[in-house]
Amino acid sequence: MASKLLASTLRQTLLSKFTTTHHVRPLSTAAAVAADYHEDTDGITMKGVKISGRPLYLDVQATSPVDPRVLDAMLPFYLSRYGNPHSRTHLFGWESENAVEAARSQVASLIGASPKEVIFTSGATESNNISIKGVLHFYKDKKRHVITTQTEHKCVLDSCRHLQQEGFEVTYLPVKSDGIIDLDQLRSAIRPDTGLVSVMAVNNEIGVIQPMEEIGQICKEFNVPFHTDAAQALGKIPVDVEKWNVSLMSLSGHKIYGPKGVGALYLRRRPRIRVEPQMNGGGQERGLRSGTVPTPLVVGMGAACELAKMEMQYDEKRIKSLQERLLNGVREKLDGVVVNGSEERRYAGNLNLSFAYVEGESLLMGLKEVAVSSGSACTSASLEPSYVLRALGVDEDMAHTSIRFGIGRFTTEAEIDRAVELTVHQVEKLREMSPLYEMVKEGINIKDIQWSQH
Amino acid sequence: MLRLVSKKVLGLASQEGLVSRPVQVLPRMYHERVIDHYDKPRNVGSLDKNDPTVGTGLVGAPACGDVMKLQIKVDEVTGKIVDARFKTFGCGSAIASSSVASEWVKGKQLEEVVTIKNTEIAKYLSLPPVKLHCSMLAEDAIKAAVKDYEAKRAKSNGSATAAPAAKAAEA
Repeated sequence: MASKLLASTLRQTLLSKFTTTHHVRPLSTAAAVAADYHEDTDGITMKGVKISGRPLYLDVQATSPVDPRVLDAMLPFYLSRYGNPHSRTHLFGWESENAVEAARSQVASLIGASPKEVIFTSGATESNNISIKGVLHFYKDKKRHVITTQTEHKCVLDSCRHLQQEGFEVTYLPVKSDGIIDLDQLRSAIRPDTGLVSVMAVNNEIGVIQPMEEIGQICKEFNVPFHTDAAQALGKIPVDVEKWNVSLMSLSGHKIYGPKGVGALYLRRRPRIRVEPQMNGGGQERGLRSGTVPTPLVVGMGAACELAKMEMQYDEKRIKSLQERLLNGVREKLDGVVVNGSEERRYAGNLNLSFAYVEGESLLMGLKEVAVSSGSACTSASLEPSYVLRALGVDEDMAHTSIRFGIGRFTTEAEIDRAVELTVHQVEKLREMSPLYEMVKEGINIKDIQWSQH
Repeated sequence: MLRLVSKKVLGLASQEGLVSRPVQVLPRMYHERVIDHYDKPRNVGSLDKNDPTVGTGLVGAPACGDVMKLQIKVDEVTGKIVDARFKTFGCGSAIASSSVASEWVKGKQLEEVVTIKNTEIAKYLSLPPVKLHCSMLAEDAIKAAVKDYEAKRAKSNGSATAAPAAKAAEA
């Protein structure tokens, strides 16, 4: 035992000596990034895929790059003003607290709320969890029912499933073929014991915008709290908690060119909505979300909200024209291209397309130089077609062929043109290889064939 | 002073970063052979399905996300497969599996090709478990093509015990 201990200590000292003399660990991540960029010239090989350079990024629904102006606002809070915002005894704490409160006002101002109604969380997933489980747990004596939709984000659906296991009832509203819910169905689904209606504002996979004001009106009529996941809507479409009449709203930082790992929850004060906290601890954020508020991240989210407020109109115009450029470019060269979800009621930055007779995964494999996804990042690893598209009633063979193009603030026209070029080339190549396309060209109706199911 | 030290450290660090890149530890998504067969698929195309020496196998379903069509052209005298063509709707692994299958059947006897196992294709392409169905589909496609050819020949020979052709292939 003693000899073993001795040997291990000896090894450790030898090893540490070795590392200190021969290998200096990079202290700065900036250096690591710089090294990465040096490699770009002779191509990147990752996950068995070799590409000549970094792909162009068309996946802003998954996450967006941090706006340099946001990073500028954040950096001082990492390097010099690193105090804990909850420290009450010194200047470090006070200045951090001021910064957090300023960020709270910036977020509140973008959504038309009072700063007192905003609490910071780790992201929209956490906000959704607090909203759904927190509200129902708090009012569990009287309220036993939740209404949501079939096309919600996984974290909402999973929270609802969790409630079901605890004995609550959940109604999953179907959507019409354009992805929008039927308001009459919502109205008839509300019961006296309904504790929450949760409908996302902008869908993450297909980008359709739900009629928020009308839903809010119905909820007001029946006096049911209304929660919305506005992670994909914030900073992209005008969000107003009064107009929408929401009681709770989930927001995310990294979808609006802010940092990852921060989000916010809007909680209405009048009439007051109460939630049971999901995390216990020091009672930060009015006891609703314990844990030290990450000042740099929160400052970043605040800055991102302020920028979004300033640039929303400009961004919208630009993104709309880029979307048209992409769609027209693809449709000019290819037939059988279908836009999934309503074409009118949609956020322009999200274009979900199905290319008939071409399987989505093989298309993605060919589009190595374009970073796009076949749906949400959470489900792109599975072989199942997207549940959102299935809820829309898209044919299963078409649901296998969808690709989501995300256009953001930093997307350029050249990137769109290149994406169109590559997509058209790849789709043509795969259609040349597709037995289904051949049959259709021969005039055979694919739906008439007795397929052997696997 | 501090700035000087940090600059020194950063300078060192960045040099170090360039020299000793961490070894690639990320799991590979596709094997090289899958990429190769996907980028340069062999034997893509169609043969005349009405030709009596051509057998067509059509397996899978669009709803499942995979459809394979494999055609073989057989020398009637020797029973050897002289040509093969495929078309596939499916993921990269499905395309690679059918491309490999089309290569493997060429120049072989009919009895020989029906012994090709999905496990052999899967092993050759290092398919992960979730993609094993692609290799099974390729095996099925080979068998369906052979069956179709034999049915055609039985019919033309006027045999009363003609096996029913694969429905999907006929359509």
